[in-house]
Amino acid sequence: MGLLKTFKLGGVHPAENKISAQVPIEVLPLPKKVFVPMGQNLGAPSKPLVKKGDEVKTGQLIATAGGFIGSNIHSPVSGKVFKIDVVPDSSGFRRPAVIINVDGDEWMDDIDRSNDIVREIKATPEEIINKVKDAGIVGMGGATFPTQVKLTPPPGKTAEFLIINGVECEPYLTADHRVMMERGEELLIGTHILMRALKVAKGFIGIENNKPDAIAHLTKLAKDYQGIEIVPLKVKYPQGGEKQLIKAVVNREVPSGKLPIEVGCVVQNVGTTLAVYEAVQKNKPLFERVVTVTGKALSKPSNFLVRIGTPIGELVEAAGGLPDDTGKVIGGGPMMGKSLLSMDIPVVKGTSGILLMKRAESHRKPEQSCIRCSKCTYVCPMGLEPYLLSRVSKLGKFDYAEKERIMDCIECGSCQYTCPAAIPLLDYLRLGKNKTGQIIRSRNKK
Amino acid sequence: MNIILIAVLALGGIGLVSAVILYFVASKFKVYEDPKIDEVEEILPSANCGGCGFPGCRAFAEATVKKAKDEKNLEGLFCPVGGNEVMQKVGETLELEIEAKDPMIAVVRCNGSHANSPEKVKYEGVTSCSFAHALYAGEGGCQFGCLGLGDCVDACEFDAIHMSDERGLPEVNDKCTACGACVEACPRDIIELRKRGPKEKRIFVSCVNKEKGAVAIKNCSVACIGCGKCEKVCEFDAITITDFLSYINFDKCKLCRKCVEVCPTNSIWEVNFKPRKPKAEKVPKKEPDKIKPAAEGKVAIENNDDNKSKPGEDRK
Repeated sequence: MGLLKTFKLGGVHPAENKISAQVPIEVLPLPKKVFVPMGQNLGAPSKPLVKKGDEVKTGQLIATAGGFIGSNIHSPVSGKVFKIDVVPDSSGFRRPAVIINVDGDEWMDDIDRSNDIVREIKATPEEIINKVKDAGIVGMGGATFPTQVKLTPPPGKTAEFLIINGVECEPYLTADHRVMMERGEELLIGTHILMRALKVAKGFIGIENNKPDAIAHLTKLAKDYQGIEIVPLKVKYPQGGEKQLIKAVVNREVPSGKLPIEVGCVVQNVGTTLAVYEAVQKNKPLFERVVTVTGKALSKPSNFLVRIGTPIGELVEAAGGLPDDTGKVIGGGPMMGKSLLSMDIPVVKGTSGILLMKRAESHRKPEQSCIRCSKCTYVCPMGLEPYLLSRVSKLGKFDYAEKERIMDCIECGSCQYTCPAAIPLLDYLRLGKNKTGQIIRSRNKK
Repeated sequence: MNIILIAVLALGGIGLVSAVILYFVASKFKVYEDPKIDEVEEILPSANCGGCGFPGCRAFAEATVKKAKDEKNLEGLFCPVGGNEVMQKVGETLELEIEAKDPMIAVVRCNGSHANSPEKVKYEGVTSCSFAHALYAGEGGCQFGCLGLGDCVDACEFDAIHMSDERGLPEVNDKCTACGACVEACPRDIIELRKRGPKEKRIFVSCVNKEKGAVAIKNCSVACIGCGKCEKVCEFDAITITDFLSYINFDKCKLCRKCVEVCPTNSIWEVNFKPRKPKAEKVPKKEPDKIKPAAEGKVAIENNDDNKSKPGEDRK
């Protein structure tokens, strides 16, 4: 298996811990109340369209995009708008959200609720992009970048390849794995739709080799779908990073500070592709997603199909309840996820998983002095020098940090994971990136 | 012998010629610098803190001399570290009248101590407020309150602000020069420069939470809930309420302390006032007789004669 493709630079091998990999997707019962945050995408938060007391149906538009980089939000349930208020998001900051009291599950009439797979693609590229925009689809791997923006290459650039990201390199998470296993055909149709929207002839689905069943399943199905190739990849974190995946699959390198379209590639997540299929073929906007609820202490690690806005407490309850030995609840995977501040935080479009960590694993080791082992430099997938960048960020030398390409950092956390001195390298890098970004933005304004 | 003589003469000759050239070059390209700049710089405290808005004391001295020459006043130029005393001396040197400015001090407008705003989550990241601010709301859950990681302490060059372990909040002592470095450093705009006030007496709202009262009080027992009682009771129009947050304008405030009495959450602080006498005792005629007994520990003593700061006690 030494011939499997992967990216060249850096990378780490954290323990996979994919405990919920063989658990089929289960539909979670509707909650009593949903909290739909208005800021679910990267960029401008959405503007609510409904008022207190309004009756809404499942799939009804309740908020419009707040800007070019923005997305629509649809009601995940039917019921009455309880109020529009602020609720804490994953970081504890209270931000506007529409709170809906659930009353039944009456869907909008134009949504096709049947289980039939619609294979024929009638929509033109423009129609597809408009549908994606209307359905409020964002990158569901966690970055939540509005998909329609990605599908519209800037003038002068054309896409050559579409790469579907089925890597799921984060330990523990299995949501994309289950989607590939259970919704394989829809996924391939979704890939064809995206290929048509981008006017490309070649589509790849990159899957890491730790999911042999998904590779076999999709390879079998893909025979009927022209132009789609399944690419098995060597297991290495962070292969799910856009730039790493492009390097692994088509062996092209995205230049520093540029977008993947520069090398003719567009990368979409598996979950996003499925949402695109549902939006275009079934007229169903994005209001539910597959979320992995997992953890070593959890009695029933599961994959749930959840409506957006469901408090994560309900998911944990359905997965066997919060174990006594819980030290930390993380939204996302263990490498890039963020620990959550309460169990009332709602599921959003970018929530790929909820990970419950045991008390013993959840604490950081005490920080020691750098021993100059340069392990962080070896594992950095972007070829940066984390020890140096963290140092200059700590000292506030942001011009130096910019010269050392701190803005290229993808915040994968490989450096911090590998550091034998337990230095919070990523924290400092994030701090430096934040400040350097501010400086660059204010300079560009002038 | 001859060689030595030649060497001495040659070198001496070169030296002489160079000296003559240098003398003429120096007088030709002489840069005139006002000797007053040096004089002013001598007066300045040479802290080079940047509190005046210039990169160091020399630049400030240059700016003052230039302004004095061009406009015959020093409006807008003030050395916060030296204060009025130094500015007066600068004025004397430049033969200008300087209006005395009220001395200022940095004030921490948050009382979300461990007792008042109990920890809900635990933070394990790096000790940097600006990082923590980008990451999450805060251990107590208040998204406006102090994160307690000490960016302000790092920024202070005068040893004037320290973290109180007991409260988890920074405290300013008498060494504060109001240079404003901590104000810049705080990512949540909690620290404000306010008038020191007569005999160091100050009244301010020790809260910056702009949320609705019900939300604010959930996370912190001493949050300003924007009830408006202080605004009503103030006779001098000094208090305004915006976004559920009260703000006392220190230029208008006459330190009557009525707002402190009416505040239901004890979020208005009085500093360096004498403890109020209990009602039962005879009240001197001059003072209004409506003063209510002060709650225990309500008076925070920030400054002492011996320059050691005593932390203001948490109010329960």
